[in-house]
Amino acid sequence: MHSAQPSRKQAPKESSAVPAAVVGASRPHRRGQDALATAGRMPALLFRSLQIMLVCATLFIFLGAGDADARFKDLGHRMMCACGCGQILLECNHVGCTYSDKMRNQLMASIDKGNNDDLVLQGFVQEYGPTVVAAPSATGFNRIAWIMPFLALGMGITFLIYVVRSWKNRPEPALADGIVIPQGRELDDLRRKARRETDL
Amino acid sequence: MSQIGSFALMLALGLSAYSFLAGLLALFGKDAASARLGETARRAGIATFAAVVLAAIVLVAAAFSDDFSIAYIFHHSNRDLPAAYKFAVLWSGQEGSLLFWSLLLAGYGFVLRLRYKTDQRLFAYASMIIASVQVFFLLILNFAAHPFAVMQGGLPPDGTGLNPLLQYPEMVIHPPMLYMGYVGFTVPFAFALGALIMNYPGEKWIQITRRWTMVTWCFLTIGVFLGAHWAYSVLGWGGYWGWDPVENASLMPWLTGTAFLHSVMMQEKRGMLKVWNMVLIFATFLLSMLGTFLTRSGVISSVHAFAQSSIGTWFLVFIAIAIAVCTYFLIKNRGQLKSEHKLEALVSRESSFLFNNLLLLTLCFTILWGTFFPIISDFVQGHKVTVGAPFFNRVAVPVALLLLLLTAIGPLLAWRKTSIDSLKRNFLYPAIGALAVGGMMMVFGVRPWEDPSYFYAVMAAILSALVLFTVISEFLRGGRVIAGKTDQNLLSAMYQLCRRNTRRYGGYIVHFGVALVFIGILGTPFNKEVEKEMAFGDKINIGPYTLVCQSYTQDDNPNFSNEWAIINVFRDGKQITTMYPERRFYKSSGQPQTLPRIYPSFKEDYFLVGDVYLVYEGKNETTGRPIIKAHINPLVPWIWIGLIIMVFGTIVALVPNAAVARVPVTLPVRTPVQAGAGD
Repeated sequence: MHSAQPSRKQAPKESSAVPAAVVGASRPHRRGQDALATAGRMPALLFRSLQIMLVCATLFIFLGAGDADARFKDLGHRMMCACGCGQILLECNHVGCTYSDKMRNQLMASIDKGNNDDLVLQGFVQEYGPTVVAAPSATGFNRIAWIMPFLALGMGITFLIYVVRSWKNRPEPALADGIVIPQGRELDDLRRKARRETDL
Repeated sequence: MSQIGSFALMLALGLSAYSFLAGLLALFGKDAASARLGETARRAGIATFAAVVLAAIVLVAAAFSDDFSIAYIFHHSNRDLPAAYKFAVLWSGQEGSLLFWSLLLAGYGFVLRLRYKTDQRLFAYASMIIASVQVFFLLILNFAAHPFAVMQGGLPPDGTGLNPLLQYPEMVIHPPMLYMGYVGFTVPFAFALGALIMNYPGEKWIQITRRWTMVTWCFLTIGVFLGAHWAYSVLGWGGYWGWDPVENASLMPWLTGTAFLHSVMMQEKRGMLKVWNMVLIFATFLLSMLGTFLTRSGVISSVHAFAQSSIGTWFLVFIAIAIAVCTYFLIKNRGQLKSEHKLEALVSRESSFLFNNLLLLTLCFTILWGTFFPIISDFVQGHKVTVGAPFFNRVAVPVALLLLLLTAIGPLLAWRKTSIDSLKRNFLYPAIGALAVGGMMMVFGVRPWEDPSYFYAVMAAILSALVLFTVISEFLRGGRVIAGKTDQNLLSAMYQLCRRNTRRYGGYIVHFGVALVFIGILGTPFNKEVEKEMAFGDKINIGPYTLVCQSYTQDDNPNFSNEWAIINVFRDGKQITTMYPERRFYKSSGQPQTLPRIYPSFKEDYFLVGDVYLVYEGKNETTGRPIIKAHINPLVPWIWIGLIIMVFGTIVALVPNAAVARVPVTLPVRTPVQAGAGD
């Protein structure tokens, strides 16, 4: 099974280390900010939280964007090698493959240019066709590819609930004369005794 | 030689057609003449086996005698091919593998027809249905994919050789295992359809086919895992499962077959899910055929499809006919399949089987949907899209984890109803242990909130641990009871426990193996890889290892020439092994092939074993130095250990129970209580 882009793990860790420094740095301006918050009838704590979240989000985005190696690995695992070997671009070890090296260089160049992920993928789709992307996009008809498995699971659960309810409501089948099935408290007592006897 | 083979195939077709038609006619009558006709059909079925064996022997003999006048031998063998691979030529190409299918089916039919006295009428139906499948394969072999077709023109001096990817020891056993699984499901399918057609009363057909189904499932399991191991050891991309269409094709019948093995217990114990079990076994058989269709038709591109032609149409027609027949009899005889009991409680073994089936089928549908979506997209949008690993990982992994949760919980729920007390008693300690494992992972730096793949890894670890601990606790609990009553030590008591209810405890062992497989898979997010051009003395540092290129060299033999690097592997400054990643160039086919080398670190890491995986990717044309790609794949060996345990568990479940030990019972119940009863 392929990994799900382990290299992306760095971004949140670094961004989560930032807020403390940011809070500390903002201390000299505290009075001014409080005044601003009061003026806008916004509680200071909420204002501060929003500020921190904004800074974190910005840092998160920029840290992610700046980690070219991580993006290379991530995008390289979201594309197929175009040589027809049927392997993920970064996993193609097809001897004498005339595509994978070229595509990897193109990918690195595109990332170095500062293109965002969508733009990088679009460029590859234009050059190599839609099959170069390793999974259907979440737009248009392709969205159905993602929806159907969960829809099937949902329908399955609904059907299961219907079946279980109909089974529970079904009358007991007739028993041969003389057989009485213990119910409720009597059944629980029997189970307890049996468990004690067998210790199972 | 080709004439003998052709004759054998034609004879086999005639015999199987007779077996089918005479068997069918005999089933309409009840007089002595019909019985005699039925007996001739049975014998014709047995003779079919002999004819197909003859055809297979001729093909293998042709490979060994380098008879390149036969086109199939010319395209799949050569004079310098090692003997084991010459034997494997039988299943290396389209025509040969179809003959192998037919051979296995005839073999299964042979055994079934010898054991016909168990239930003559049901066996006659099953025999007739198997003969119909046999006729289909022999029609293809005789008229669409003839393995004994003769080369046109002059006799070539040598063959083009076997595909290099197939020249690996596992290819001698992987396809037979997979095919024995695929073909084997024809037997329970035939019994199920036969029982449905004849309105067979009771669940005896399930008891008759139980062992067939388990053996078949075991073969398919081995086949699927050997396929993964082959991909890991030969394809050289560092992974073992790429969600390739052919891999998916083998997984789908495995999933429905697994669902059948579980839900069939509800029919045996409680007389429930009769229609569902029919649907499951029909689906399993049809998915096996679909797998063969996918591999052979070329409708979907795959790294595993070694033989493609137009026989896909034949398979589509056959699948359509089979669906029509199954659906017709399901509707016609549905009255026979009414449930005998009702569901008494939501928290019960029955409902866990229902959810288990739902998840297995959802997984199967997801894989089927993903495999065929490129074709659907082509039809609707006018262009294909790729549905690869990122799609399957994102959609199938959550469902698989839910399934793992049920694997832990399901077996410990009682039939009919489970009390909250019982749940607490059974799950408290395993759950604490499992959560502790998750906590340990986080302490050692695996933060599930940092990355989705880490989240899945932690969840898989917790759930796998839950399965392992519940299975161990079940063995301990049962073992203690027997030890207390018989004065044995705990180990022999647990052995006794197993022997008394092999099916139940064999099943637990299989679950134990499944959990180990998940542990092997959960290491994936922690894989590392480095690629480097290496001169003498150059180093690669990866994980705790230092790889030093000592030398590189080359060799030559009649089959291939090769070059390889000699890499010393160091850890903590101490050399632990030397590895020889290799690249071959096969002379007859003119194709290159890389052969990775794998070192599992059992001695260094014990339970946290991982693989050092080296690939010789080729030489830099300018510098002449080899390019080495090194991978560290943590926990992967647990997958193969898990497989061994799953197979062992299946074998245990196949062993008949030892004499039942009756526990003295003082309760006013009408039947004796059996220790460890229930599956």
